[in-house]
Amino acid sequence: MYPISEKLIDLAQQISGHIYPNEVEVHWGILIVVYPYLTGLVAGAFILASLVKVFNVKEVQPVYRLALLTALSFLIIAPLPLLLHLGHPERSYEIFLNPNFTSAMAMFGFVYAWYLMVVLLLEIWFTYRRDIIIWSQNEKPLMRWIHRVISLFSKDVSDAGLAFDKKVVKAITIIGIPSAFLLHGYVGFIFGSIKANPWWSSVLMPIVFLFSAIVSGIALVILLYMIITPLRKEKIEMGCLDKMSSYLFYAVIVDFSLELLDFIHRLYESEESIRILSELVMNKLFVSLGVIQVLLGMLLPLAIMICVKLFKFEEELRKLLYFVSVILIQLGIFATRWNVVIGGQMFSKSFRGLTAYKMELTGLEGLFVTLILLILPFIVLTILIKVLPPWDESRPVRAEAA
Amino acid sequence: MERRKFFEKCLTLLAEVGILSTVTGRASAKTTDYDPSKHHYGMGIQIDKCIGCGRCMEACKEENNVPKDPFFFRTWVERYVIKKDGDVLVQNIDPSAERTNAAVNEKEILRSFFVPKLCNQCENPPCVQVCPVGATFKTEDGVILVDEKRCIGCRYCIQACPYGARYLHPETETADKCTFCYHRITKGLLPACVEVCPTQARIFGDTKSGASPLGRFKRMNKLHVLKPFLNTEPKVTYSGLDGEVR
Repeated sequence: MYPISEKLIDLAQQISGHIYPNEVEVHWGILIVVYPYLTGLVAGAFILASLVKVFNVKEVQPVYRLALLTALSFLIIAPLPLLLHLGHPERSYEIFLNPNFTSAMAMFGFVYAWYLMVVLLLEIWFTYRRDIIIWSQNEKPLMRWIHRVISLFSKDVSDAGLAFDKKVVKAITIIGIPSAFLLHGYVGFIFGSIKANPWWSSVLMPIVFLFSAIVSGIALVILLYMIITPLRKEKIEMGCLDKMSSYLFYAVIVDFSLELLDFIHRLYESEESIRILSELVMNKLFVSLGVIQVLLGMLLPLAIMICVKLFKFEEELRKLLYFVSVILIQLGIFATRWNVVIGGQMFSKSFRGLTAYKMELTGLEGLFVTLILLILPFIVLTILIKVLPPWDESRPVRAEAA
Repeated sequence: MERRKFFEKCLTLLAEVGILSTVTGRASAKTTDYDPSKHHYGMGIQIDKCIGCGRCMEACKEENNVPKDPFFFRTWVERYVIKKDGDVLVQNIDPSAERTNAAVNEKEILRSFFVPKLCNQCENPPCVQVCPVGATFKTEDGVILVDEKRCIGCRYCIQACPYGARYLHPETETADKCTFCYHRITKGLLPACVEVCPTQARIFGDTKSGASPLGRFKRMNKLHVLKPFLNTEPKVTYSGLDGEVR
């Protein structure tokens, strides 16, 4: 007996109704939950950063660079869960070399490379170029060399050069917003285009993914800003925090409306799958969907934010409420990803039975690996912040004087 | 006399060489000169003939190195019991287990039948569409195969298959499924499940050949396929398929 079969024997006990015999194994586990969660954070953080540049929102300027670095650190880690999940990770290069152009998943290589190379790295490089050059002039040898290499040995800090940087950043941002939409919309399409699975197959899926991505990305940047600023012994700028929370509020409303529309549409159409999907929601997903995703992750933060908008709370209370909201929202969005990925495999395609999923503690598809994958982006971010400080006061003023 | 014997011996020798050469010639033609463009395979399943013995499942596992554990199947048989009150009970047949009917009182049964299932070798296969590296592909003769040396084990095809016909082989860590016993049919043999079926519930054939059992099956029966609304255009067709079957 294969080791996987021993686990499947346990799972088989928890099956209700009839499922096809190959369906006992849940094929996409927790790692595939983590993947859309991470890419969602990338897209959301980037879109927040883009708002600053494209719409010239001055209030959010203090987190512009932090949002960019957050997007980059999460993007670097995002393919890891995919890679770990593959049966043959050593063949993963095939997806770049021999892509099947009818496969949504095969587009991963192109979308990822485009987003990483063309959008994020370029925007960060042009944003930081001037600062890196100036930093490298007065630093200890190690950091000096790191900065010189990162600046690609560029030395031009003339006005014309800086004006060019500005123009390029603006241009990349304008390309970047549709790219961010593409990145996460595409992840939604991977699920939304599976006609065999009525829980996934929905034209709204890419759009729902996108807006939930924006929600989670903004919430993450708010959370990071609220944690890092006091650690740096600086004062949180309430203008910035209020503005970001305002964006978050509108994004949550759009996200909630879309998900509600999806729900009502399914219920109203009442197709063949409606019975098993109702069973799924009432049984397997009751806590993760009803309680965590909708109640705690959406309605409660929405209520809090409405209260903040309606009543003029004092600063400290506002901060506390924002903090609670963004943590709840992160929890809710993670549950959203769980409900899509795991939920979509909790019922049989015979529509006659429910399957079961049990997350392990250890092993590649286990809780520990998941936690490591969720912590890794923050470690990358810490390193990036050390190398490329995103704070206004870290920016050298000398060039401005010149 | 001696001259006559000599001629007789020469003739038999010539005859023997001739027979041998045609035999070996044929054998090599079957293995190397197979032209997929001249074939297009399909299967017909007669629900009313299936007795649920499960020999097809056993033969398939034996023939194709399918893991013996009860979570991996290239083909399986479902037993439908439709009760008078409208309830539908479905079980997957386990050929090794003792057959019982204890779950349902016979008087409550309205109708009951077995449904053999396998990869439908779709004309529009969703699995081929979604495979990111083209490891799953459709051959010229219409069979969907998996190249286990190219499959990266992402399992997208398993998600995309509406019929639950695919699994991840625990040894190769690649997707696996029914191939219509491609190694057999290209030699002119029948798929293992068809060969062992005691009631000829499964009929295999080449739609490009003129007269065939499959052709007759298609002419003589009202046919249906599984989940036609998904537009996968299965090449496995059923006669006597009940509306409750999914």
